[in-house]
Amino acid sequence: MPTEQLSERPDGVRRLENVVIRFAGDSGDGMQLTGDRFGAQAAAIGNDVATLPNYPAEIRAPTGTVAGVSSYQLHIADHDISTPGDQPDVLIAMNPAALKANVTELRPGGVIIVDTDTFTVLGLEKAGYEADPLTDGSLDAYQVHAINLTGFASAAVADHNLKRKDAARTKNMFALGLVSWMFSQPIEDTIEYLRKRFASKPDVQAANIAALRAGVIYGETTEAFANVYEVKPAALPPGTYRHLKGNKAVAYGLVAAAHQAGMPLFLGAYPITPASEILHELAILASNDVRSFQAEDEIAAIGAAIGGSFAGMLGVTVTSGPGMALKAEALGLAVIMELPLVIVNVQRGGPSTGLPTKTEQSDLLQALYGRHGEAPIPVIAVRSPADGFNAAMEAARIALAYRTPVILLSDAYIANGSEPWRVPEVAELPFIGIDLATEANAVDEAGNPVFHPYARDPATLARPLAIPGTPGLTHRIGGLEKADQTGAVSYDPDNHDLMIRTRQAKIDGIDVPPLEVDDPSGAPGSGADVLVIGWGSTWGPIGEACQTVRAAGMKVAQAHLRHISPLPANLASVLSEYHTVLVPEMNLGQLAGHLRRETLIDTVGYNQTRGMPFRSAELASVIIRVIQGITEEDTTGDNAAKVLGDVAARLAASTGAATAGTATSQDATPEAGR
Amino acid sequence: MSEVNETSGATAEEPAGGGSGRRAPTVADFTTPQEVRWCPGCGDHAILSTMRGLLPALGVAPENTVIVSGIGCSSRLPYYLDTYGIHSIHGRAPSFATGISINRPDLSVWVVTGDGDALSIGGNHLIHALRRNVNLKILLFNNQIYGLTKGQFSPASKVGTVSPSSPHGSLDYPFNPVALALGAGATFVARTVDSDRRHLTATLTAAAAHQGAALVEIRQGCPTFSAIPRQPRGAAGAPSDTDNPASPDLGPIRLSPGLPIVFGGNEQWGVIRDPSTGELAIGNGGDSRVVVHDPGTPNSTYAYGLARLAETALAEPPIGVYRSVSQPSFDQLYQERLATARPGGRGDLRTLMTGADSWVVAG
Repeated sequence: MPTEQLSERPDGVRRLENVVIRFAGDSGDGMQLTGDRFGAQAAAIGNDVATLPNYPAEIRAPTGTVAGVSSYQLHIADHDISTPGDQPDVLIAMNPAALKANVTELRPGGVIIVDTDTFTVLGLEKAGYEADPLTDGSLDAYQVHAINLTGFASAAVADHNLKRKDAARTKNMFALGLVSWMFSQPIEDTIEYLRKRFASKPDVQAANIAALRAGVIYGETTEAFANVYEVKPAALPPGTYRHLKGNKAVAYGLVAAAHQAGMPLFLGAYPITPASEILHELAILASNDVRSFQAEDEIAAIGAAIGGSFAGMLGVTVTSGPGMALKAEALGLAVIMELPLVIVNVQRGGPSTGLPTKTEQSDLLQALYGRHGEAPIPVIAVRSPADGFNAAMEAARIALAYRTPVILLSDAYIANGSEPWRVPEVAELPFIGIDLATEANAVDEAGNPVFHPYARDPATLARPLAIPGTPGLTHRIGGLEKADQTGAVSYDPDNHDLMIRTRQAKIDGIDVPPLEVDDPSGAPGSGADVLVIGWGSTWGPIGEACQTVRAAGMKVAQAHLRHISPLPANLASVLSEYHTVLVPEMNLGQLAGHLRRETLIDTVGYNQTRGMPFRSAELASVIIRVIQGITEEDTTGDNAAKVLGDVAARLAASTGAATAGTATSQDATPEAGR
Repeated sequence: MSEVNETSGATAEEPAGGGSGRRAPTVADFTTPQEVRWCPGCGDHAILSTMRGLLPALGVAPENTVIVSGIGCSSRLPYYLDTYGIHSIHGRAPSFATGISINRPDLSVWVVTGDGDALSIGGNHLIHALRRNVNLKILLFNNQIYGLTKGQFSPASKVGTVSPSSPHGSLDYPFNPVALALGAGATFVARTVDSDRRHLTATLTAAAAHQGAALVEIRQGCPTFSAIPRQPRGAAGAPSDTDNPASPDLGPIRLSPGLPIVFGGNEQWGVIRDPSTGELAIGNGGDSRVVVHDPGTPNSTYAYGLARLAETALAEPPIGVYRSVSQPSFDQLYQERLATARPGGRGDLRTLMTGADSWVVAG
């Protein structure tokens, strides 16, 4: 069964190092909630967990169709993991469409649990099956458990006064109970969750709990499965942990940043997938002095945030690519007014509306260069769901210390994915507060004290901030070019040139930690020949791929960029130590081009834009081919890029079918038992 | 409008610093020393002068006053008033002002905008600021033309306006700013003119006293790119054509709360309400159906009818306060929500981060 089987306990429970499970069903089947609860249960018993929700843009696509399928994949392990896994070992398919959309990605020999209640003539027809896959032999390569989940769930909740349709909706909790039993997970946390969630609907609450328990009992009593498994707790460092999604981690990082700056947090936002959840999280945190404002459009959202910053708040706005495009003019204003501001872009597939619920890294160049005029803005990237916390704090630190807008790039994979997060002690968090100006800092020609809003700190080039309400420091700022020091409107050519260079120098001078390389075989220059460098959410797949390559006896180095503008000062010297620098990206080579521009070093790109994260096995094979290409090059003169092109073509051909199967469905408002 | 008509290439001017002492503020405290750079004869000079006289009288210190503008001739105003200010980007001033106002109830926040800035590129922000009833005083300088970009027709220009971008006359039906504001649910809507200092001062004073969004349309001409005649003539002087209520010689109707709406040299005309349809029309000043002006009428239909009157029956729209009703401001509700959410002060960060679903890994 799943992955490597370590041992069998006397009671027949088999231990696993790790397992990948995917829950799939119709939009209305509550798969997102089911997956989320399973992950929370696994996290609570100490497993490392990484998750990958996957759903389409439609809130409710046609019921029973492949287009309407929603899925949630979890990777649970007894060791440190950083991806949701390449291939599921276990697939729970709540209807024929869910089976059809997902079965091609299942590991050969994997386990399939299907709800037979939905395998009707109509159900098969809607899914596009010409024959019943449960009987036509097409699933012979898998271990299939065909169970009437709907029927058992309905029977289990018969005493709870629900309509027939509502009773059937508890099938997801029945399935969760069954899978929880299969993987030896206690369900008490989920019972507690259901109690709170349906506190106002006692019948629904009791029915969902009954269905969940019935699933466990079904597993225990029917001996339907030959084996029961368990994944032991991972050896995490001591501390308090929490299972955290990327969007929530970013929200908490922003709250912590405002706390550590001693300022109120003010969010101006306009709803957009997949960033809205940050707005939702912050909207409920008024108790922590978070002020949130839903604006009339993306432009007003950043406008309000800039106004908040001018008034002494930590101004923040959150959006995705199309919203970033609309905010571009206001970003330029924030640059010239030199106000602190954090802009979170949770990237999704583009251009235009593109793939609103799928992941991509294609807004990097927009973040770096997408403004009129010389308008440098620091860009930093989140690398994993829990990392959103630290990345958001870092964005706020730079914004405040340098009085500048900062773009924080996340993406849909990070936003919706989750992993355990060690909750920091408040005392561990850096203090990022700044001193506001309270007194005049210059004298005018007549010798009177005056405030010069564009005088600068010689170390950081940051300007003083005086907020309204401060006596004696009244001043006007705006989009017209500023005179050095006084901040007066100036059309002077030399001043404009000076100010452009000064604003650039301020950003270039931001304190950025050096790039670190992970290579067990040695330091740059004395270890591997190939360095794999990435940014953002490719961190997990690249890291696991590198581990695979090393386990196969080859050397490879990994580096990951937190700061993309400005880049670490040692970047060029690090890159130059490697024969080949490989840059995997979920775009057509945006970082690679940026690196070439900034370091004059050519890299080898590996690119995909399928709306899904890289699979680590795929990247491992790419890395291996690049390493082999170098070896071949020594003898045949071949080059890594050419080899890689062949690999890419082969992989594209082999993943075509799987790609087509990833169109699934959204649980925008998942509810238990629906 | 974009800044294509910025002329001077000189060195820095319009210093941004300044300040004031702790005594009662004076006109001088609100005055910056730099040269005012509007065309000679522009009504903006009169509005600036009125504001300099008005702000000290409001009893708000310069440092507690914030003026936010967009882009256009009008939007240069913040540079000439020694308060905190933002000369922002085209059309978006209400959004910046909203972020300031709702977070800082201690501040008096003003928006200065024009007909192009507020009604065209910034139309969305204007209507939403009014809808929310954000505590902003919005001064809409309406010269019915794009001045800074050299005279193109604006969304307030009359149909047929000949301009560089409409050489054969514009085809667009114009916005009526007062009607637009009423449609957006504004709680205070007024119209005044730049050429009547007393009326301007009284109207802006009333706007400043209003809790919530106040929109004041200030009608003006443009001495450089005028599409409309300099106006108005005011009520003073003997009209030459009193037989026609639509005569431009009458000047605008002046709305006064509690008084019947009558006009003309001998008050021979009046605004009457048709009892069967409820519609407003021009009738005889002595008619028993003459309307007594009440800006506090809860239903905005009356004010709307008044705002539309000029389009059919008058040469110029009435001036004065069209609507002034009390409704909690967004700022007030927002601050109350914040206060309710944190009765004991800011919540504990560690408690928030730990949540209810954490677990402990022992060392």
